[in-house]
Amino acid sequence: MRTLLETRLLPAIVVAVIVVILPYFFPSAYYFRVGALVFIFALAVVGLNLLMGFAGQVSLGHAGFLGIGAYSVVIGPVYFGLPSWLCVFVGATVSGAVAFLVGRPILRLKGHYLAVATLGFGLLVAIVLTNEAGWTGGPDGMSVPRLALFNWQVRGSDSWYWIAGATLVGGFVLALNLMESPTGRALQAIHDSEIAALVLGIDVARKKLTIFVISAMYASVAGSYLALFNGHVTPDIAGFLRSIELVAMVVLGGMGSIVGSLVGAAVLVVLPQALTIFHEYEQALLGFILMVFMIFLRRGIVPSVAATFAGRRK
Amino acid sequence: MPPLQRFTVTTVIGFIALFAAVHLASAQIKIGSVLSVSGPASFLGDPEKKTLEIYVEEINAKGGVNGQKLQLIVYDDGGSADNARTFATRLVEEDKIAAMVGGSTTGSTLAMIPVFEDAKIPFISLAGAIQIIQPVRPWVFKTPHTDKMACEKIFADLKSRNLTTIALISGTDAFGKSMRDQCVSVAPNAGINIATEESYGPRDSDMTPQLTNIRNKAGVLAVVNPGFGQGPAIVTRNYRQLGITLPLYQSHGVASKQFIELAGPAAEGVRLPAAALLIADKLPANDPQKPVVVDYSRSYQQKTGQAVSTFGGHAYDGLMILVQAMQRAKSADKAKVRDEIERTKGYIGTGGIVNMSPTDHMGLDLSAFHMLEIKGGDWTLVPGT
Repeated sequence: MRTLLETRLLPAIVVAVIVVILPYFFPSAYYFRVGALVFIFALAVVGLNLLMGFAGQVSLGHAGFLGIGAYSVVIGPVYFGLPSWLCVFVGATVSGAVAFLVGRPILRLKGHYLAVATLGFGLLVAIVLTNEAGWTGGPDGMSVPRLALFNWQVRGSDSWYWIAGATLVGGFVLALNLMESPTGRALQAIHDSEIAALVLGIDVARKKLTIFVISAMYASVAGSYLALFNGHVTPDIAGFLRSIELVAMVVLGGMGSIVGSLVGAAVLVVLPQALTIFHEYEQALLGFILMVFMIFLRRGIVPSVAATFAGRRK
Repeated sequence: MPPLQRFTVTTVIGFIALFAAVHLASAQIKIGSVLSVSGPASFLGDPEKKTLEIYVEEINAKGGVNGQKLQLIVYDDGGSADNARTFATRLVEEDKIAAMVGGSTTGSTLAMIPVFEDAKIPFISLAGAIQIIQPVRPWVFKTPHTDKMACEKIFADLKSRNLTTIALISGTDAFGKSMRDQCVSVAPNAGINIATEESYGPRDSDMTPQLTNIRNKAGVLAVVNPGFGQGPAIVTRNYRQLGITLPLYQSHGVASKQFIELAGPAAEGVRLPAAALLIADKLPANDPQKPVVVDYSRSYQQKTGQAVSTFGGHAYDGLMILVQAMQRAKSADKAKVRDEIERTKGYIGTGGIVNMSPTDHMGLDLSAFHMLEIKGGDWTLVPGT
């Protein structure tokens, strides 16, 4: 038991337990849907957190990869007759390749330049999805063929809850292992001081590129899931606001905290649902609550709370 | 807990309790709605929400429907199809609504359709595109006219003026694109030949190059501009600046006073199709829609202090068609109400006269549109349309 608690995979185990236990408290399919959405967004946020929290790079165009993933599970089955599950992987590969091509020049930029360049990339994807109506259905979007695994038609919110939950646990394991690998340590070195990392002989640009590709693939899988889950996809999945939402989830949960990714996604998915009872004031309240979080928990929810507990234990 | 945090927590809990109490106090027939009240499509969702609220209150003040009060539950999807889908699930699973009026945009409507089809709940959409009712889905209806009808109306007018070879210049936004596609597909049947086509981005500020191409194209007798927002106003201004004298047709997308203000004197002589609501005061006294549109305009302006838009009118029609179906069914039973919505005949609404059938879940024909011409900075009805 002791070794289990001390393993670096502890967060993944905790998430697995949460995924399994939560449904006992769910009164209806609506809760399964919200749960599945939390897990899907958390997956994208874990990827983005690797980039932001560990490599110290901001991407304001991450929804672009959500879009690539989402539209690959539409275009693949509809135009090429490929099975949907395969298209999830195809989408991830395409996203990774795009991230590689885009990232090579972009990741040599620093600070605000990188943010602006990724912002441009995200907008470009949204424009292409809107304008290439022959392939994407244009602004009104397209309906997505349902996922079929073997002979099982995946349609209910509860099925997607389990698929998304399982994938998120997998994503956690991958991310946690990555952080303990030489690449992960190199990234943390870059995050702390790029110059020091260079002096140590770390190929900074290359490591950043690796993590950018990986985080794009996380987002792509999340995008594919979102499209398959919703059964309909519109270009707003790749929109600028979606990118900002992902960044907000990372910052809120805590940069550099893998568990924080899940918490950030959970807060920003569940809170708007909970606030609907305030009608006209929901947007204002949402903003207010986020401000309160950022003022009192400046480093993000998970790191701040963890620091408080660590302080008390002393 | 520090005092500030304690205060915040107490206030929030207090608010939640208060709103929950207000929520529980009322009503029996639950009508759900998911609208784009905020975000880029708020020009649709905002008047729709206000209209639903005004009329649900009015209906309840008169004793409700079949002796039961209505309860309206509105969620704001912020223009995101993904949120719309979540709220649709919530309306079905949590709120257990009897019927649904809403879906401001085509994208959000299409995303919500599977939820209501699976749950077998009548769903009256307020979005434009024809894909919503074609193919016909048993539980899905809509109130706004389609882009296709606007094209047909324009083409019928062109045909009657013998202007059968035209140029098309359209915006690349959702509205412009959808209408352009419909216009291209119905043109051959209407006997119209589209000689050349140009497009512009939704935020472009100069369309002179595209219009110059059109001017230089031989044989063009008229120009049609499917578009929304300020683009068509710029097209109209550039059109006059280039001295093009061919008749110019705009779409129902710019049928608002704002367009005339933006385009200024250049708008003189421009023709466009529009619903009766916008010209409530211009309709002849014997027009069957006159009492309805005048009444709706007055109520809406009185309650909100804002000018009417056709979008709020779509919500009015959706709610009234639903309420009348419930009255005919003498219950809020979903299947019975669905059958009665499908049997709607001769309903006079803001969008036109609605005659639904098992094969037509919109029920409007070309008479829903009136052809207008801008004269002296105001709308005038083109005689015979």
